Amino acid sequence: MKYLVPISMDFTQQIAPRDGFGEGLVCLGKTNGDVVVLTGDLKESTRVEKFAENFPERFIEMGVAEQNMAGVAAGLALSGKIPFITSYAVFSPGRNWDQVRVSICYSKANVKVVGAHAGISVGPDGATHQALEDIAITRVLPNMTVVVPADSIETKKATIALAKHIGPSYIRFGREKTPVMTTDETPFVLGRATQILAGSDVTIIACGQMVAFALEAAQKLDGKLSVGVINLHTIKPIDIKAIIEAAKESGAIVTAEEHQIAGGLGGAVAEVLAESYPVPLERVGIKDTFGESGKPEELMEHYGLTTQHIIEAVERVIKRK
Amino acid sequence: MNTKQLELKATDIRADIIDMLVEAGSGHSAGPLGMTDVFTALYFNILKIDPEKPDWAERDRLVLSCGHICPVLYTVLAHRGFFRREELKTLRKFGSRLQGHPHNLALPGIENTSGPLGQGLSQACGMAYAAKLDASKWRVYCVMSDGEQNEGQVWEAAMFAGKYNLHNLTAIIDRNNIQIDGFTEDVMPLEPIVEKYQAFGWHVLEMDGHNFEDIIGCLRHAKAVFEKPTVIIAHTIPGKGVDFMENDYHWHGKTPKSGEAKLALHELRTLRGKIKSEHE
Repeated sequence: MKYLVPISMDFTQQIAPRDGFGEGLVCLGKTNGDVVVLTGDLKESTRVEKFAENFPERFIEMGVAEQNMAGVAAGLALSGKIPFITSYAVFSPGRNWDQVRVSICYSKANVKVVGAHAGISVGPDGATHQALEDIAITRVLPNMTVVVPADSIETKKATIALAKHIGPSYIRFGREKTPVMTTDETPFVLGRATQILAGSDVTIIACGQMVAFALEAAQKLDGKLSVGVINLHTIKPIDIKAIIEAAKESGAIVTAEEHQIAGGLGGAVAEVLAESYPVPLERVGIKDTFGESGKPEELMEHYGLTTQHIIEAVERVIKRK
Repeated sequence: MNTKQLELKATDIRADIIDMLVEAGSGHSAGPLGMTDVFTALYFNILKIDPEKPDWAERDRLVLSCGHICPVLYTVLAHRGFFRREELKTLRKFGSRLQGHPHNLALPGIENTSGPLGQGLSQACGMAYAAKLDASKWRVYCVMSDGEQNEGQVWEAAMFAGKYNLHNLTAIIDRNNIQIDGFTEDVMPLEPIVEKYQAFGWHVLEMDGHNFEDIIGCLRHAKAVFEKPTVIIAHTIPGKGVDFMENDYHWHGKTPKSGEAKLALHELRTLRGKIKSEHE
């Protein structure tokens, strides 16, 4: 297996992506005086505490009021600031979707919506707190950019990149520690998928922590199949070219995401393939159900989001070629 | 402008509102007519704005939260020179910059996008907070409807403004007592609205929304309040200026037919029969 970009497959190193987000914010605090951070009573768990300590005048505690947070952020952005609004993804952009739609996206307010604790892996809190629809409800919004970084290092890069990008944006990440496989040298360009492996039999297109599992699946299948892996960190604008090239090269696609397959990464890739280059597709993700309480690993297993599930999807899709 | 000039200007603006609503064939009548005097006072007497430089960084911002009364905003902006009055006739038409509900990117002078109720006060708070961060002197005005106070987000924003002492923010509530389904106190009682805002840390004023001396006095008073946001309860008559529309909630969300408009324009242009109209 030959990685096309710098990758570390030492999965013993695990860091929560939100830590990368917190570091990214502190970098921005030093370099960009317009960056303002708002939180909905979740300073510690969304990792904005350090920013708040270092730049108290640019930190705004909103209380548990996500709708107002989105609106205040829009007002700040329309006055030249670059606000990052942080909460759990179920609340923002969940609870405040209308405000995100009208006050932020339609108005082209330069607000960065940060959805933490996304996905099933938030665990014991149960279905109410497991955001499995947030990619779908943000990517349908005109003017919105949607980013799902693969690990903590990429989350830091994405945070910094979004501050430079002018326009409404959504970034989502999970709560738990996840494998760190990108390095400081791994390229990250908004809107451009990162091809990590080229494959002639199948390409796995993944986002978030599922990228690590996709790489593990490719490793396990090495020798039997030629498996490509694409880190589709930017769900919108989607990298159509990369998806079509992968479909042409490998003739079969598997998608993997910690989100509903309808409307999420799998849905987005299916749209591109169906319109431009139809090939067999299998989607790994949540299949039209709510989650439940449990340990993250129990839930990932039960809802079909492990390396093994990706391997099985690869085997299914190969048979359909 | 002095009070007399403002009154004359308001009558012209009301007539243009009637004309544009007839032409549009849909939209809201009562709110725009009821708030015409307040908007006229704001745009011709209070706001620091420059139609030549709509993006001037130091301008005052007017956030219209109840977007459905945009005919009054559009008309006042046109009279103030932000765009040509002829364009008012394009309201709600395909390709028009005068969208059915206002869009910040569509037309010069529009600060925010609104339509879904309850979102404006939050945006106004964000702007006021930004001005304080930059130690800028510009002020933010936010016009809300009374029915809009049903929305929970309004009270989230009211708490926020109180917490952060946004003294550079003046909210104005169009207290016309009607909303789509009837009288506000039947649909969802708001009273005691003064005490509610006081409890949220606001300075509260009440004014007669059709008395220019009172309107200008209150808006100036609000500027002088330190360490607190101010809300002005503007008592207005929905449909003001047109006898058959006044105080009738059925006119909240509909426009006059051409016969009705003729009658309305006659009333406005003759100041209810007191003078002769030059148009008739």
